[in-house]
Amino acid sequence: MSDTPFVDIRHAAKSFGALEVLKDINLTVERGQIVAIIGPSGSGKSTLLRAINELDPLTSGEVWLEGVQINKKLPHRQYEKHVNQVRQDIGMVFQHFNLFPHLSVRDNITLAPKMLKGMSTADANKLAEEQLANVGLSDKIDVFPSRLSGGQKQRVAIARALAMKPKVMLFDEATSALDPELVEEVNLVMKKLAEQHMTMIIVTHEMDFAASVCDRVLFMDQGVVVEEGPPSVIFQNPKEERTKNFLRKHLSR
Amino acid sequence: MGLDFTVIPEYFDVLLLGMAWTVAITIGAGLLSFFGGIVFGVIALYGHWTIRLPFRLFAWLFMGTPLLLQLFLIYFGLIQIGIDLPAFVAGVIGLGLHFAVYNSELIQASILAVDKGQYEGARTLGLSSGQTLRRIVIPQAVQAVVPPMGNNMIALLKDSALVSVIGVAELTLASQQAISRTYRPFEFYIAAAACYYVINLCLEAVLRRLERRIAAQR
Repeated sequence: MSDTPFVDIRHAAKSFGALEVLKDINLTVERGQIVAIIGPSGSGKSTLLRAINELDPLTSGEVWLEGVQINKKLPHRQYEKHVNQVRQDIGMVFQHFNLFPHLSVRDNITLAPKMLKGMSTADANKLAEEQLANVGLSDKIDVFPSRLSGGQKQRVAIARALAMKPKVMLFDEATSALDPELVEEVNLVMKKLAEQHMTMIIVTHEMDFAASVCDRVLFMDQGVVVEEGPPSVIFQNPKEERTKNFLRKHLSR
Repeated sequence: MGLDFTVIPEYFDVLLLGMAWTVAITIGAGLLSFFGGIVFGVIALYGHWTIRLPFRLFAWLFMGTPLLLQLFLIYFGLIQIGIDLPAFVAGVIGLGLHFAVYNSELIQASILAVDKGQYEGARTLGLSSGQTLRRIVIPQAVQAVVPPMGNNMIALLKDSALVSVIGVAELTLASQQAISRTYRPFEFYIAAAACYYVINLCLEAVLRRLERRIAAQR
């Protein structure tokens, strides 16, 4: 087992009709590793992230998590069951939070543990309190999402994902929709998660954050991984011309 | 012959009983139209075509023909094939299904209007598509549909007068009974109208409270 990577993406390819958005991508992530995926919009980075939990299934290639193939080819019913099961191990945080507006913060967090893990209401409530304390929002437990700021919404969304005790967390531009002054509070929560050795794959436009938190950075463009390495190399000594161009535009902003 | 409203108190109990029946029919048919509307809406959107096609036909039948005719069909027609429903039950079913079809159109539109992110948020947690629909999408669709559906409920209350023709002693028929004894149609129809108005005010108050409660979450 020790030689199989925790997250293993093999020959991932995806096309929408004639448009190839991912071309033969290979990516492995070790347990506890934090990987940032950067690149221009349309480079396929979100698509790759969404392929990991089958939100955007690959056209070909394989996705493995801890020795289990996520994108198994199965008859429809078995496939649905399988996917629902493996998704419980993969937390995802979206750009637009996707909190459930008709449920309180508490119910947003306890819904899935109660429904899918058969957790009792008392245990689920305790879990919600713990997770909210973890993101610094204990006082918002009985509030509805509409009463929260963007940063608070995103922290609740992270707490909701963590309540399922995932093996890996996916962040799809988690701070892109936030007002600049709210970005930091979400970054802090993500940093804290990093310190707790959560395995994370982070699609981001924030180079500073990627540089300070991540172990590895992937630069993607036009559906391929152009370059990857530790942040010190990618940000300070990129080898590829495309990476240099991208970083020049992004760092001068 | 002048108007004499003093005859009304004498028939107060008749009118009150009529009102009670009207309220009972409205609640019964209202509930049927609400839950039926959700079920029909989900069938229309997600049902297998073998269910969806007959449903389309059924919906077209209920939307394209007069409610009065539907009530006659359910109450008098079904007896011929051995289904002898009490008038009240026939009335609730007729009114309920008729408005369920209208409500299902509203529900369909509001299910489709629920943000795609809501499905993704729920599915990534591990909820199945059925669980997502039940716990995430439909509750939100129902909340969004309360104001327009409220209008249907008010229409349903007023159309409940039609079930008088199959012999349910609701408000309209009760006032006709009082009229046949007193020969005072003007007074009793006015009294009946006032009663409908009172029920309507109550219904509107309930709907407003519901809307406010939902708005408080948004």
